[in-house]
Amino acid sequence: MNNPTELKYTKEHEWLRLNDDGLATIGITDFAQGELGDIVFVEINEFGEELDQDEVFGTVEAVKTVSELFLPIQGTVVEFNEKLKDNPELVNEDPYGEGWMVKIRPSNPADIESLLSAEEYSQIIS
Amino acid sequence: MTPAFFLYWKDITNLFLKMPKRTPFFDVHRQAGAKMIDFGGFEMPVHYTGIRREHQAVREHAGIFDVSHMGEFFISGDKAEALLQHITVNDVSKLVPGKAQYNAMCYPDGGIVDDLIVYKLADDRFMMVVNASNREKDLEWVMNNNPMNALVEDLSDEMCLLAVQGPKAELILQKITGTPLSGISFYTFAIGSLAGFDGVIISATGYTGERGFELYFDKRKADPRAIWAAIMHYGVPEGLEPAGLGARDTLRLEMGYALYGNDISQDTNTIEAGLGWITKLTKGDFIGREMLEKVKEAGPARKLCGFVMAEDRAIPRQGYDILSESGDVIGAVTSGTQSITSGAGVGMGYVKSEFSGEGTNIMIRVRNRDVPAAIKKPPFIRK
Repeated sequence: MNNPTELKYTKEHEWLRLNDDGLATIGITDFAQGELGDIVFVEINEFGEELDQDEVFGTVEAVKTVSELFLPIQGTVVEFNEKLKDNPELVNEDPYGEGWMVKIRPSNPADIESLLSAEEYSQIIS
Repeated sequence: MTPAFFLYWKDITNLFLKMPKRTPFFDVHRQAGAKMIDFGGFEMPVHYTGIRREHQAVREHAGIFDVSHMGEFFISGDKAEALLQHITVNDVSKLVPGKAQYNAMCYPDGGIVDDLIVYKLADDRFMMVVNASNREKDLEWVMNNNPMNALVEDLSDEMCLLAVQGPKAELILQKITGTPLSGISFYTFAIGSLAGFDGVIISATGYTGERGFELYFDKRKADPRAIWAAIMHYGVPEGLEPAGLGARDTLRLEMGYALYGNDISQDTNTIEAGLGWITKLTKGDFIGREMLEKVKEAGPARKLCGFVMAEDRAIPRQGYDILSESGDVIGAVTSGTQSITSGAGVGMGYVKSEFSGEGTNIMIRVRNRDVPAAIKKPPFIRK
């Protein structure tokens, strides 16, 4: 399974990318979308308020099951991928690209270093 | 000989016993890219390309399902019918050879042991098809309630079962059998040759709501993979796709068919589960009859109902509370999904009988939100 090395990962099967503007993009991994199967919609419940690490910020509904989304690091959700409203299948088709879910403003950007590397994550799911 | 040795041996034995079984199609599924899950003690495909695509293939063209994990018991001899009449709720005496019947076994308190299909193969030979997850329990129940000593054989490990379902199913299968399929009406079957193998039970039954067939064959007499390959060979050009348990579940839910373990169980009786139509209280005595008659006379306190969500983006799931319009909890969801065909959230659950009328407004508690829904008699799609 191809997990881009420039991303950081969590045990909850999410990925995070720190962008040049200081925001971090979050999505679910290829493994996660494969486990969930066809995704029906993504719901973001917590918008614009600072959340702690591991707090639930939304849910992913697949045909068969529903799964919660946990914030990988402390921060504030500031943007939602509007394309997912009409095309939730983007999460299945391109989990590390077009299928991203939210952008957050990290409270402490250094927290990102505590997340898993692609190699460490690959070991978890192997 | 140390205690440690015993522990070691027991661990190995447990490991072996808990290993999920595989059907003869396991390698075929893997090669087709299936994601496998443990279901009823078997490693089964949950999906290949995706539930949505497989579901649509069955509704529009055809799908092939490996359901070899189901259990098959053969009941034989001049006491065969008497045993079935004793342990099941439907009237098996109404069957003639070549006919199948949806049926259920109940405990004395009316709770459901399992739902099943009875096939009358000959005057003195029947096949019972039971749920995979209930095989051992069911066999024990049948054996322990057989005072007439009918011959009971469990051929579950020998029998394979493929379901080919969808509007193109008949056309595809007709290419590999000489048995005229158009003459096989719903819940009847023929025994004929398929892909060159004799003795295949070709049954017009299924769990999808589509025209289709279930094909039972003994793996010692017919080559499972050759049959699969023949169906794929003629099916794929017609739009047939392998379909997994995921699509099987969304297809059956659109039709409102009950699933044992979700919608029916030992804690539900056939009357409240809407299976009064198979519960023949006047056929003579059978296990559970007395209690079921009482429930029917008094009227069940709760009923298994279908419902449709009023909002698209709310999917009911097993365990969610069902509420009245005024906000009282009146039941719980037993099965739910988004209908692939209509896009609406649909489900089933038990509600207090006064809320079971068609069109009654209810609410489903989806996480932290109470979403409006209405009672609807299945199917949830136009058939």
